[in-house]
Amino acid sequence: MTNNATMHEHDVIVVGGGGAGLRAAIAAEEEGADVAIVTKLHPVRSHTGAAEGGINAALRDGDDPTDHAYDTMKGSDYLGDAPAIETLCETSPEETIQLEHWGMPFSREEDGRVSQRPFGGLSFPRTTYAGAETGHHLLHTMYEQVVKRGVTVYDEFYVMDLAVTDHPDPEERECHGCIAYNIKSGDLVGFEADGVILATGGDGQAFDHTTNAVANTGDGLAMAYRAGVPVEDPEFVQFHPTTLPSTGVLISEGVRGEGGILYNSEGERFLFERGYANNDGELASRDVVARAELTEVNEGRGVNDEYVDLDMRHLGEERIVDRLENILHLAEDFEGVDGLEEPMPVKPGQHYHMGGIETDENGETCVSGLYAAGECACVSVHGSNRLGGNALPELIVFGARAGYDAAGRDLGEARIDTGPSARSETETDLDTPVSPGALDGAEPDAVADGGALATDAEAVVEDALERQRERVETLLERDGINHAEIRSDLQDAMTQFVNVFREKEGLQQALEAIRDCRERYQNVAVADPSRTFNTDLLHTIETRNLIDVAETITLGALARDEFRGAHWRKEHQERKDDEWLKHTMVSWNGGDPDIFYTDVILEGEEKTYEPKVRSY
Amino acid sequence: MSTGITRPEEEEETESQAVGAARAAGESAYGQARMNETEIDAANEASQRRARRAVEDADHTVELKVFRYDPEVPEKEKPRFDSFTVPFAKGMTVLDALMWARDHYDSSLTFRHSCRQAVCGSDALFVDGKQRLGCKTQVADLADDGVPGEVRIEPLPHAEVVKDLVVDMEHFYDQMESVEPYFQDEDTPDGLNEQRQSRENREKIKMSTRCIWCGACMSSCNIAAGDNEYLGPAAINKAYRFAMDEREGEDLTEHRLNIIEQEHGVWRCQTQFSCTEVCPKDIPLTEHIQALKREAVKKNLKFW
Repeated sequence: MTNNATMHEHDVIVVGGGGAGLRAAIAAEEEGADVAIVTKLHPVRSHTGAAEGGINAALRDGDDPTDHAYDTMKGSDYLGDAPAIETLCETSPEETIQLEHWGMPFSREEDGRVSQRPFGGLSFPRTTYAGAETGHHLLHTMYEQVVKRGVTVYDEFYVMDLAVTDHPDPEERECHGCIAYNIKSGDLVGFEADGVILATGGDGQAFDHTTNAVANTGDGLAMAYRAGVPVEDPEFVQFHPTTLPSTGVLISEGVRGEGGILYNSEGERFLFERGYANNDGELASRDVVARAELTEVNEGRGVNDEYVDLDMRHLGEERIVDRLENILHLAEDFEGVDGLEEPMPVKPGQHYHMGGIETDENGETCVSGLYAAGECACVSVHGSNRLGGNALPELIVFGARAGYDAAGRDLGEARIDTGPSARSETETDLDTPVSPGALDGAEPDAVADGGALATDAEAVVEDALERQRERVETLLERDGINHAEIRSDLQDAMTQFVNVFREKEGLQQALEAIRDCRERYQNVAVADPSRTFNTDLLHTIETRNLIDVAETITLGALARDEFRGAHWRKEHQERKDDEWLKHTMVSWNGGDPDIFYTDVILEGEEKTYEPKVRSY
Repeated sequence: MSTGITRPEEEEETESQAVGAARAAGESAYGQARMNETEIDAANEASQRRARRAVEDADHTVELKVFRYDPEVPEKEKPRFDSFTVPFAKGMTVLDALMWARDHYDSSLTFRHSCRQAVCGSDALFVDGKQRLGCKTQVADLADDGVPGEVRIEPLPHAEVVKDLVVDMEHFYDQMESVEPYFQDEDTPDGLNEQRQSRENREKIKMSTRCIWCGACMSSCNIAAGDNEYLGPAAINKAYRFAMDEREGEDLTEHRLNIIEQEHGVWRCQTQFSCTEVCPKDIPLTEHIQALKREAVKKNLKFW
């Protein structure tokens, strides 16, 4: 390297400072590794902090991890992999108690033990919580432990790409680090590491109405995708049933867990009265409740033709303030509604991506040295629908496993196979109106698209650094259009066509809109000439990632002609287990996306999960 | 993301026709998709027209007066205020208005933001002379009734400006981390047994644990402005959070009191309540500082 200041070396690099990233870093540090967190936000700004409801963990008498696993498999609509689900449910109790031992301020019972409450789709009230701000406390508690351990944090460093070898077969590729942009100084920095853990969170900014933060732009997913790692089950996107109509701010499922009731404009408790969920009503699985709400609105029974009412007044002020105080603040600040006095307006909004970077239960991808954990990853525990309260345990369980594995601890051989070699069949007749993937003659992507085959780790990082330097220079120096309209059009198209209700024609229109965004993106430039805190540059690069993310979601949605979990298709109103008990994989394949399938693993340690009709 | 503002859809057709014609005639450096200079100019002008139309069509607009500074850009080296006219929509926050201005007028307008729901603490700003979170401040609330004509937005006072509305947070983070802001008791129960904590004790620390590290309190504090080494309200609140947590043993409590009792600790606070007033999470910061002063006195009396 000509300038030493632009290269750093660590054993393990964690990209992202939210729940999964912090837990991974603590684990790697415990294992004796020199670990550093590289994150575009300061860790306490991460969107884990917005999680409200809680952490599912079988802690109490009468509950058992096998029940948690059964609920999770049912919630997944039998698209979760048993080894991942069982690992989650068996490990969640110890990881949750670990947080308590680190001082996390959980809500408490009279006897001083941590509180648990009912949540949708659960057979036991096992959602462990800290008010309606569980994620905030989890995030801060783990950041405190990172400070205690002296883990290096490069905050406000935006990772632009991975440094991966150029082997034609993704399974032969090795990840040797990543390239980051120091937001404050404008310097590009190469990070060389033996293991890179992507923990970049969600990608809700691909949609217009979302509970996700502005920073949730799917950077890790897009980088891994372009590096050759398949994106698993991308079509499965969770739309949370209770978000505020004007902003998309989340109203926790905890409101319904505590007894909150949903009404349509006719004052009907429609989940029961209209037969959507005769047993569980408001506490049916999220996909069921979201569809019920939109059906009510579409059939003319929405309030103001837009939303339904969530009423918690009958719970009484004392209980609301004790367990859901944060909800009162959110409803007041972001919708101008006093939840103690009137019902809160709610409608479905994009909330969580079940799909993501394909990993095994140790967090490793098919590219050697590259890991992923948390929302950006797909192990898969959530399958086609995530249960409320299962995202936070995923962060801590699989964040820790990725951290241990990357730092060298032997977690045993994974049961889940990854990469193109796990393929059981290939999609051959997908009817797309435009070709997805790279444009002809487009600027080359960083990884696996030509360039000499670098031999050693340092050279791989240097090559990647040089490519990103050129990319930044080009964006800063040329004339062009601003990315903001492209991003906004992409979000509109996704919310219009790839939402709760999907049909073939709409999905094809979405692919055309995405293609149009990709073409216009060839002309983007960054108007801000400054090297100091250039968020124009940052957002422009994020928009490219969103285009790739949106395309994988839409391709998967078009390919899967069945109705399973969160994925509803107008033309295909039934779950087709004979054809579709399989994971979708979308692989970048050097710019010419390859769609293939792998088998779902329903064989657990002790039993096989038999797909059943899913009713609540 | 939705800001509650719809962009007018007219002119789309004429624009794409113009672009199509220019594209057919022009040359392209990056394959068929790359536009030439004329097309780029046409596209950028069309964007500007759409922004102007949105402003003209709006029932109300609001004028943002925004502080601008960039040490690297000659015309911004000297701090100045720029004006942006933004179409007002019901429910619009100061952050929404800033994002609209950035996305429609000047992409170099720089500010931190992420969650949009007052939990990430990124967007503490000085709005109309007071420290507030941009995302939690309704534009309409800045006027006595209706829509304010003008909103003045500046970076947090008493912090070094990096660029526009972005301030250097390093000093704030250093102070936060200087109070050993982590649970230290190693004597935790085995296995799946949790430490017990009474509801009363959890209630006692509850407000202190809500801090989102936005820095509004530190910026509002006159003492912190005059004494750079003063721990400041947020860090002292963090110390309170642990010192009052019954799960940490007494030895640790004493250790924590020693930290906050130092020369630049709790005794510098002159109970002006400015921190409490600006805290977006309603944390009774001044009360927490006073409580620690009392604990420190009790501890010192013990040795007499």
